[in-house]
Formats: sequence, C-alpha cells, structure tokens
Amino acid sequence: MRSFTGIADFKPTDGSYRLLPFRFHRLDKLNEILVNECGEFVVAPLGTTETIVRKKLLPTDNIYPTLKAKHFIYDDYSSALLDVLASKYRTKFDFIHGSTKLHIFVVTLRCDHSCHYCQVSRQTVNKGEFDMPREVAEAAVKMMLETPSPHITLELQGGEPLLAFDTIKYIVSIAKPGAARLSKELDIVITSNLAFLTDEILDYCNAEEIKLSSSLDGPEFIHNANRPRPGGDSYRVAVEGIKRARRALGANRVAALMTTTQLSLQHPREIIDEYVRQSFHTIFLRPISPYGFAVKSSHRTGYDMDAFLEFYVTGLNHIIDLNRKGYSLTEIYTKILLQKILMPEGTGYVDLQSPSGAGLNVLVYNYDGDVYATDEARMLAEMQDYTFKLGNVLKHSRAQIFTSPAFVNLLQAACNQSLPGCSDCAFQPYCGADPVYHHATQGDMIGHRATSGFCKRNMRVIEHLFSLLQNGDPDTQDILWGWVTDRNLAEIRADIPQ
Amino acid sequence: MRLHTAGTARGFRKPLVVRVTTEPLTDIERKDAALVLLSLDAVPNDFRGYAALIIQGKVDGQSISTPLIHSVRDIDHLSSGHVVVLEPLNGFIRTLYRPESRHNTLFATERCNSNCLMCSQPPSDKDDIAALSERNLKLIDLMSPAPEYLCITGGEPTLLGDRLLTILGKLRDVMPCTYVHMLTNGRRFAWANFTSDFAGVRHPSFSVGIPLYADHAALHDYIVQARNAFDQTILGLHQLARHGVEIEIRIVLHALTVPRLVHLAEYICRNLTFVDHVSFMGMEHIGYAPRNMDELWIDPVDYQEQLEKSVAFLARFGIDVRIYNLQLCVLKPSLWKYSKQAISDWKNTFTGVCQACSVRDRCGGFFHWNTQAQSRGIHAVA
Repeated sequence: MRSFTGIADFKPTDGSYRLLPFRFHRLDKLNEILVNECGEFVVAPLGTTETIVRKKLLPTDNIYPTLKAKHFIYDDYSSALLDVLASKYRTKFDFIHGSTKLHIFVVTLRCDHSCHYCQVSRQTVNKGEFDMPREVAEAAVKMMLETPSPHITLELQGGEPLLAFDTIKYIVSIAKPGAARLSKELDIVITSNLAFLTDEILDYCNAEEIKLSSSLDGPEFIHNANRPRPGGDSYRVAVEGIKRARRALGANRVAALMTTTQLSLQHPREIIDEYVRQSFHTIFLRPISPYGFAVKSSHRTGYDMDAFLEFYVTGLNHIIDLNRKGYSLTEIYTKILLQKILMPEGTGYVDLQSPSGAGLNVLVYNYDGDVYATDEARMLAEMQDYTFKLGNVLKHSRAQIFTSPAFVNLLQAACNQSLPGCSDCAFQPYCGADPVYHHATQGDMIGHRATSGFCKRNMRVIEHLFSLLQNGDPDTQDILWGWVTDRNLAEIRADIPQ
Repeated sequence: MRLHTAGTARGFRKPLVVRVTTEPLTDIERKDAALVLLSLDAVPNDFRGYAALIIQGKVDGQSISTPLIHSVRDIDHLSSGHVVVLEPLNGFIRTLYRPESRHNTLFATERCNSNCLMCSQPPSDKDDIAALSERNLKLIDLMSPAPEYLCITGGEPTLLGDRLLTILGKLRDVMPCTYVHMLTNGRRFAWANFTSDFAGVRHPSFSVGIPLYADHAALHDYIVQARNAFDQTILGLHQLARHGVEIEIRIVLHALTVPRLVHLAEYICRNLTFVDHVSFMGMEHIGYAPRNMDELWIDPVDYQEQLEKSVAFLARFGIDVRIYNLQLCVLKPSLWKYSKQAISDWKNTFTGVCQACSVRDRCGGFFHWNTQAQSRGIHAVA
C-alpha cells in the first residue's frame, strides 16, 4: 500500500499571491462587489479589496480560495490557469464573431401614424418619393449578404413598411435565394403598426416564414395618446392586428415593443397588465431614445432618468409578482443584464455591448441607400446631423463603409474598456458603450459619465439586480434565473430541489 | 452475487478468456468456449475444439489435452454466455462479463497516477497494462450479445496510452450501439495531443466520468494526493470539451469536500459550463476510506443542507444533477428526485430496518460494505 502526504504539503506560501485584473464598487453600507474581466463577481464586506491589495489576505481566510477559484488572485501553489481565464474571456466575447447580425431596411418613410417619439415618418401620399427603389434594395441586400455571419436577421421597417408591400416582396425575393446560395440562415422580421394588414400579407408572411413585430405602448388611453393616427384608433388597430397575425402565423411569430413616454411613466402596472391581457410573455421596459422629435417635443415625451428608473423598478416588481402568481412574463432588458451577470456567455444586444453594436452588430439601410450605424443614427440624420452616416450602398463597398471616417471615429468611442469613467467601473463587463447616445445627448461620442443618462440607468439597474440576486426571496431568484435559462417558474421549480 | 470461484488448473500456462457454456456445443461453436460439467463421467468423451473445461468433480489420471479447471468449488453461478478468465497458477475462475447485467466493466489497470484518500479500489504499482489490455481485447470479442452499457474503469485507464485507443476503437467497431462510460481522473487529457488522438477514435456513444473535489487546486490536490492534479484535470476537461466529448463530473461527498461544495457547484457553472451531468456520490466504506475515516467521515445527514444548496445552484443554472449511493432516508426529501439507483447489482444490499420501509423500491440501498459505516439517519420511511 502506498502512503499518504499531509495537507501541509498542499498549501500556498503566505503572501505569495498576486492580483489578476478586477474592479470593485461599493454596493451598500456593508458590502462591496469585486468583478473580474469575465464578469465573475464576489460580494464581500467593505474593505475586502483593500485587504487584498495591501497583501494582508491569508490562505486560511475563507475568501482566499474563492478569490483564487474565481480568477481574482493566483499564488505559488499552482498555475493561474490562465488558459481557462482566456477561454472564459473568449466565451464572453464570442458574440463579436461574424460581424453584423442585424440588418435594418427602411423600405419607406411613409406612415399613417404620427407618434410623438418618432422623427422620420412622412404623411405623404406621393408614392415613390420616400420608398426604397429597386436598385437600392439590390445593393443593400448584396451588402447584407457579404456579412461573414452564418446567421443574419433582416428587419424590414419604415415608416410603415406595409405601405410599401411590393418593395418588401422584392427585397425578400432576392434576399432569400441569396442567403440560401451562401448557406446563411436568414430570419426576416417586419416591424409594423399592423394598420394595413391584409389576408394577402398574412398569407405571404406565413409562406415566407416572416415574423411580425408591432408596437403596443400599453392600454388604450396610453397607446392612442402616444401613437396618434387619423381616427384616433391606433390601439384598436394594433390589438386587432396582433390577434389576426397570431391566428395566421402562430403566437410565437408575433411580438410587440413598447416605448415609454412621460404619460407611460405614471402607469407601469397598467402597461404591463395590458401585455398580460394581450397574452404576451415578454415585455421590454424601454426608455425613449433621446433623439429627434423626442428631444424637440420634450414637453410631451421627455423625462429624466430618475423618473424612468422609478418606472422600471415598480414595473419589474410587478412583473416578478405576475410570475410568482403563475403568469410567465420576461422583462427583456433585465434578462439581457442577468445573462451578462450570471452566465459565462456574452450577449450581442446592440444597445448594450462593448464593442458597441453600432455598425458592428447592426446596420441600417435607409430608403435612399444611405447606410447608418444604428437606427438612432438615422434619426439624427433626419435632423441634419450626419455624424453616423457611413456611406451609401450605391456608391460604397462594404469595405469602404467599414473604413469610412465616420465609422473609424465611432469605433474610437465604442469600447467601454477604454472609456473614461468606464475603464475602472466594476460593472464594465455587464455594460456597453453607446457613442451615438452620448453624441446625441452630450455632443461628444466619448461623453461624460457623471452626467450620462445611459450610465445612470445602467448603474442603477445593475445595482438593483444585484440587490435582488443577493436579497431577493427564493421565488424572485428562481424567476430571474428562469429568465436567463428560458424556463418559467413552474419549470425551474421542477428542476431544482423543492 | 458470486463473481469468482476456484479449482485446480491443468493443461494451460497463460490465462484463458473464454465464454461459458453449460450445454454441449456443435464443433463449429466450440472455439473460445468453456464447457461446464459436473464430472467427466457424465458426458461422452468428445471435447475437441473447446477452449477449456470447467469441471466440478475431481479429475485425475484421464488423458485429456483440453485445458481445464477441476474440483471447482462453485459452478452454479456460471451460465451460458458469461465470459470468464481462467487462471493457470491458482485455478481462479473470475467472471468478466454477464450479458444479463447492466453493470459490466472493462477493468483497464490497477495502476493510478493519483492516490485519493477515499479510493474504493486502491491502486497497485505492478505493471499489468499489457496483460490486462490483451485480456480486454479478447473479452470484447466474446461479449455476446453486446451489452447496452459498458464501463471502463481502473486504476486510471488513460495510463494505457495507445492501448486505450485500440480498445476504444475496437468497441466502436464491434459494438457501436453499446454506450461506453469511462471513469478517469482526466489528468492526462491536459496534453492536447493525447486528447486529440483520443477524441479522434470517434466512438459514437461515449462519455467520461471525471472526479472534481474542490474549486481550488490545494484542496483537490490534497484529496487526490497529487500535486498539479487539479490544474491538469481542469485543463483536461477543457481539452475534452473542445473535442465535444460528453462529460460527467463526479463529486464524492466526505468531510473534506463538503465545506466547499457550494463553491464547487458555482465553479463548475462558470468554468466547466460544458459538462453534461454532475453526480454527487456518497462515500464507499472500502479501500482506503476506512483507513482515513478520522479525516473523511461526516454523517450524510449532517451535509444535507450543503448538498441541497449545491444541487440547487447547478439545477438553476440548468445542469443535470444526479445523486448516487445515498439512501432516501438520509437524503432530504427535496433531493429524492435526483437520486439514482445505480449501485451495481452485485454490490447493493439492504439492512434490517429497510424491511419496513415504504420507499425501499425506489431506494438504491447500500453498498454491502457501507453497512459498516452507517448514517445515524438510517430508518424506515413511513
């Protein structure tokens, strides 16, 4: 029989540890949070970081092995397992692979609605003037298909894209065979107010496996107020359209998005209840984009971030309660952040990623062929700010678009790893960079974090989520974990010890 | 369940791996077969073509050239289709394969590069690799019908090196539908070339079971009594994942693993996201474990809370969790749904109090040697 070696031979030397990159942030009166490059975190008593940095941590301290296991420190006992850390880092940034996944085609600017927060619609009947011509469509599809990614999404929007149904059919008729030739998976979504839905359109969407995304801002009084149209019946039109579309395409092919206006801020519960009434299982509590008409008409739509955050927290609590009572409803922004916090994989959500999604994960092809880095960039252009116009599909190649001065400028502010105020922020791995937002609101792509609404929103939301993860009751934790692992409360309860 | 017997060997010098038959066979079926007889007098004297004879009665004087073992103590457990190995030196007859069992194994080697404090099958340093590999290749030829499930165990099978690839390749070719699970400490997979060759065998239905005892090197290395073992196993797991090999993580529960169990669960979620199953196993009271009881013993009823938290963490994350070798009466009822009855049929037993238990049918019972170190929580569930 062999003999055994005592535990003393399996110990690091006191004080031999060194630091791996991490950042920290005071969470509350008792605790701070330490976050490493891969988003792994440790919540520990205030002062822990100081103890670590001053080299006063001992191998016998409870937190020592935890910090070692989570790649905050390494010591002379064993290797730092940097290969594993590298593999985790790679996993986090895997979403960058393949370049731009989302391609938005603005098929027409014409629209029957005149929403307060929209800046681009034209109530013209002059068909053609604001529709995407065939040669633009062809060049844009060609550019889209040059994207390396094997999986791309084509989003057809407007204006109201169904007013240019023939243009949609033409784009789909060339995009689909083009994608098939290149063995690319192509998802197609039409973003519409559904006012012009016909059986012909639904049959077509069904045959072509096209999804519909509509707007639903809440109950009738909110939706009608936010989204005026002749007749003042935009709510009725939207709800009937959603029902018809679901019957024709199936519930999972019809989605709805809501925008939060000043009126909405007073009614988080009513808005959420409307989503339940319409049998939706996802909702996105989205602040208004501070661009274009939304900024100009701030007396009607503008608000400060504090008011939005109150709306978000109230809304999130209500959503969690609904889940607890058995109705499964996921808040999308929360889900995105929790994925970044709890899961090893990163997410390529265009509005909250670093490098920023602008251009790298979304491109917008305007009706006239102009290419923008984001939909918000296109809205800025409607106000004569062409900072983020990357080129035109009729004049420029994909390579020229991605080497344009506009894009190179944008890229310089696209990584929060190197942005002032972000580079040393503990929440950096969970957050993103938004040069378009900061340009629009602060006149500078890099921006100033202390007065940034983007920063305020994300800091507060992330802090709130950590408090739910640390102190939430078991139901809340199960519900949140369910969102990131695609299980409802009943399903996750079936999987965990009960 | 009897798996070995012995008698007096005659007429052969190297171990023989043979398939048992209790009925006489036609000439063409006799290759590799060992005929089981009560005595030589009972049958016509025609043994041409048999690989061996197993005879309960005494054989003396008769001039038979066929290798045989006579004066065998017990033959009742030998059935047609069983594969046994006959040892020339001591007359041992060891059963290697029973088609009716769900727990057949290929025993790769007694050697091991670790020396776990609670090892149920302590390693030996003698070089048995060539001999056992040859025996296993023959055994694979004789397994008929092919088992649904086969476990490669040891010792540490990866110490076989290229021979392991040969065995795995043969299993792939001969019985592609047999699900093969290999128990290994995973250390050797840290070497990219080995893992690449190993995965290159492309067995269609294969998984590895790899133990991990802590979320950090010092503790894991102490438990397995080998420096660098943790780093090698973790790197090995990543190499295996890169090649798409199905992976089970196995965690033995004892006083050294329990304190960091929840941390280990979290570590697996963040660093080994790719694993397919995590198994928690009650410690077996055999091998080294009885010697190290002072350090290892914790009554299972005293670690239920940590076990529940660890299971919850993994299950919330979406990883499949299983619990083995713990009786339902000591497991928290919330954990019953993870409990698997997988103690090998020849190793499990129940104690007196189990007679009155209402959930006995759903319980894995005990390893019979574990009745020596019972939880104070053992009771009949009403």
